Amino acid sequence: MNFALKILKDFPSYLWGGWGAIASIFLFIALWDTGNQIYGDLVLPSPLETFQTLALMLQDESVVAEINTTLYRASVGFGISLLIGSVLGLLAGFFVTASMMSRPIVTILVGMPPIAWIVLAMIWFGMGDETVIFTVIVASFPIIFVGALQGTRTLDGDLKEMAESFKLPWHMKFFDVYFPHIFSYVFPAWVSGLGMSWKIVIMAELLATSDGIGASLAVARSQLDTPTALAIVVIMIASLMFIEYIVLEPIKREVELWRS
Amino acid sequence: MEKLEVQRLNHSFGFSEILRDINFSLKKGEVLSIVGPSGGGKTTLLHLCADLLDVEEGSVTNTFSSTSFAFQDARLLPWKNVIDNIAIGLLAGGAKKADAIKESKEIALRFGLEDKDFDKFPKDLSGGMRQRVSFARALVVKPSLLFLDEPFSALDIGLKKELQAILIDMISNKEISILFITHDLMEAIRLSDEILLLKADPGHIVKKFSYDMPQNQRDDKYVYGESAKILQDNEIIDTFELELK
Repeated sequence: MNFALKILKDFPSYLWGGWGAIASIFLFIALWDTGNQIYGDLVLPSPLETFQTLALMLQDESVVAEINTTLYRASVGFGISLLIGSVLGLLAGFFVTASMMSRPIVTILVGMPPIAWIVLAMIWFGMGDETVIFTVIVASFPIIFVGALQGTRTLDGDLKEMAESFKLPWHMKFFDVYFPHIFSYVFPAWVSGLGMSWKIVIMAELLATSDGIGASLAVARSQLDTPTALAIVVIMIASLMFIEYIVLEPIKREVELWRS
Repeated sequence: MEKLEVQRLNHSFGFSEILRDINFSLKKGEVLSIVGPSGGGKTTLLHLCADLLDVEEGSVTNTFSSTSFAFQDARLLPWKNVIDNIAIGLLAGGAKKADAIKESKEIALRFGLEDKDFDKFPKDLSGGMRQRVSFARALVVKPSLLFLDEPFSALDIGLKKELQAILIDMISNKEISILFITHDLMEAIRLSDEILLLKADPGHIVKKFSYDMPQNQRDDKYVYGESAKILQDNEIIDTFELELK
């Protein structure tokens, strides 16, 4: 509880520190506008046009429904891989044999291109929610698994000994000694897993479904509707940036205050 | 009577024999040092006594009501601030959070930490400050037996003296018993009632030295004098492989 309060208390100063980031985003938009002036509206619509299209789209209920569909798929997929990846990773980390055995498997999972998973999933599950969710799970699972695995593998033996010498009860050992260390590995893995999920969900939708933002992107492509395509890209990036910089980063800073 | 009794203790890691036939006993209020060269099995012996390693052969009987341990390196939890680090032993013993914090603050001040340090994380402390915190953490639980694993070896002379003075104070008041391992003979002479000399390969006790003068009356002259004497001892020369010309 205190922890949440502290995050909220530090939030304004964190936001105030964001001017540099905003300046660089504006610089990027300026470059984008230059591109528009050189190549014309069909190839690269201007930022203004894109944001106008975006505003119109957000008023349209069907678009909001598409966004919700995509959000649902991404969160179910990410949620499942977060749960399974963290639990299996922690378990594997506690046993030397399990961590040695899991390494090559993780390499296979990471090395397998997501597009190949999508093809397989389309054959296995058909065109629908399952295919997308499955692809999201297989793509983000290894990242989270490896984070959790490393978190437990790198626990400090000296600190364990210290905990033994003070005869800490099991709950203190877990919450005061193991958890903060493991969390400092798992949390960044969750963040990258989330980013991965968000990218993969769009790709899977584009290829395998008829609804969701990814499917809208496919429609925009076939109609050569560049402003809509760019507006969808803006939605994707803006939502990712919101989650990463407004929600996760302040938590991460607070959690990792002790790090040098 | 509280005591620590070690009888016919042997220990091996795999095929290498670390300790052979160790016998000693430590009574309440006493300070027992085990000196010997590095790698001679001192730390293993201490860990066996402190129940951080399982005894394989022989026996270790510890009837002290409470123990705590100060390590060579501070071993603070990097994600906890100074006060929370000190309080950990109290909390493990079931103390209330508010009481534990209050006691930890008191002892922190006694160990030369300041109010402004209380919220700092270990990464923001100097090596000496960390060792102060580690000592405070070990002593705040008012252990009846304290295990010391060369805790002074990385400290400057001033801080060493300061921490030793606190211990000598407690020893003189008979508040504490200490099992102390070190490779520093002067340190051992300053603090101990009895010194056991542990020779390596495998670790076994070759000689015992006793010091009767109360710790708070031992001045530098006494310590230097006794150190000079002990350095002439053939067993010491042999154990530390000193070449005195």
